[in-house]
Amino acid sequence: MSDDIYREIILDHYRNPRNKGKMPNADVSIHDSNPLCGDEIDIHMKIEDDKIRDIKFEGRGCAISQASASMLTEMVMNKQLTSVKDLTKDDILENIGLTNLGPARIKCALLSLKVLKLGMVKYYADRDPTSAKKLAEDSRAL
Amino acid sequence: MMQKGLLNVKKIRKDFPILKRQLDSGKPLIYLDNAATTQKPLAVINAIHDYYMNYNSNIHRAVHQLAEEATAAYESTRQKVAKFINARSTDEIVFTRNTTEAINLVAYAWGRANIGKGDKIVITEIEHHSNIVPWQILTQEKGAKLEYIGVDDSGYLKMDQYQKHLDSKKVKLVSVSQMSNVLGTITPVNDIIKMSHERGIPVLIDGAQSVPHMPVDVQKMDCDFLAFSAHKMLGPTGVGILYVKREILENMPPFIGGGDMIKEVHKYETRYNDLPYKFEGGTPNIADVIGFAAAIDYLNNIGMDRVRDHEIDITRYALDRIGGVKGVTIYGPPNPMDRGGVVSFNIGDIHPHDLATIMNDHGIAIRSGHHCAQVLMERLDVAATSRASFYIYNTKEEVDALIGALDEARRLFKI
Ligand SMILES: Cc1ncc(COP(=O)(O)O)c(C=O)c1O
Repeated sequence: MSDDIYREIILDHYRNPRNKGKMPNADVSIHDSNPLCGDEIDIHMKIEDDKIRDIKFEGRGCAISQASASMLTEMVMNKQLTSVKDLTKDDILENIGLTNLGPARIKCALLSLKVLKLGMVKYYADRDPTSAKKLAEDSRAL
Repeated sequence: MMQKGLLNVKKIRKDFPILKRQLDSGKPLIYLDNAATTQKPLAVINAIHDYYMNYNSNIHRAVHQLAEEATAAYESTRQKVAKFINARSTDEIVFTRNTTEAINLVAYAWGRANIGKGDKIVITEIEHHSNIVPWQILTQEKGAKLEYIGVDDSGYLKMDQYQKHLDSKKVKLVSVSQMSNVLGTITPVNDIIKMSHERGIPVLIDGAQSVPHMPVDVQKMDCDFLAFSAHKMLGPTGVGILYVKREILENMPPFIGGGDMIKEVHKYETRYNDLPYKFEGGTPNIADVIGFAAAIDYLNNIGMDRVRDHEIDITRYALDRIGGVKGVTIYGPPNPMDRGGVVSFNIGDIHPHDLATIMNDHGIAIRSGHHCAQVLMERLDVAATSRASFYIYNTKEEVDALIGALDEARRLFKI
């Protein structure tokens, strides 16, 4: 089982994370942690015309949470928010190739999606309260 | 070398049904998370079963036969607990839900009556959150101050800092764990208590890790308060013990108001019950208190000296073996005589949660994370550690299996 989890690509993203770092003039910055593990993720985004122009993450935690965050930033870079906002748990798990995680470790894999959704809640709060509300519900369920 | 009096672990293991369990991985269970909670022998499980099957009843308040039997069983646990820690009297033994509630009881009832503005409470950097947060709440409420005894790089308390705090003359309470749940450090409680009593300051000992693993004698140690949990010493969850010296308990205001803790209730006033019932408001966890008696009997049959010897033996072996793996850092005192059966470590850049997942494939249950000791984690400058912790049923073969899994982790992470 661990052989399936700790594949080359996961370790590569863990040790050489993409889009990791600060973003001083971000339009949206958001932080959350997983109380069970203590994994932490911050996501920063520049958003123009409802499009993610730039995204960076900061964080610390296990290989699954950090690799998942790194892969998520690549997945949504330069994407329209309309397509990003409906991303599901399964989209993420498929993207990182971990579809058989136990309940505790799934939380690690999904932390970055949760933070991303919370970021979009912030962005949509005034612009589109209905979407904000749905995103908030989605993030709670993760 | 076979020492006289080492435990017959093979025989002990037969008393723990869960140890026969196969896991989803197809591997037998190797349970090394005993500092979190221990497994339960059949005798404990049967005692709880027997209570519900044969004499389930509320206690202290009825004259029917079931109530008498249940009350007698509940109170016999109190006698066993008093004897186990050598308290002078059962009046000094209060049942709570766990160590956390026991410490909160002291903070709430004793603390609110005795701590004032400008006073200091001294704790240490190795404390569990349950011996930190109640004192933060109390000191913030009262305008008092929380002070820490630091820990050195080998996991020993910096006693000179303790001396300095005491010299400041503002200290009103000292609250210290007798054994760290992360480093294993056994703290010099005899010295700590002696030094503070010279100044008339009471001491609370968090015995959550010490009472289950070594002989603890409250009269010899002369502590004023001692808190521990049944579930970490073969007993059920939901039972904690607070020992308080009689002179102190007699003057303590109550904790939770309600049934059982009263003698007479009138419209605007209440006469509280005798010790220790004054501190046990509401229907207690009768079944599990009764179950706990079987756990104490079990430990007494083995003898706490032998429990301690077994753990020194297996901890020495584990420190050697784990310490020999490339890339490993072990935290806490290097000498097994100075620590309990707890080994916290990190290996390379493998996060403890990833290591725990790999261990789980091998049927090995270890703990990973901050172990409810974030102050200590900050001091060690780590986000998390992996922790293997041992008890009477653990074997050196299980330590060998842990080493095998560590090698597997190194292979997967290429270190
Ligand atoms: C040193 C120490 N103190 C207190 C506690 C809290 O025990 P409980 O959760 O039973 O209240 C623990 C348990 O992890 C502990 O190890």
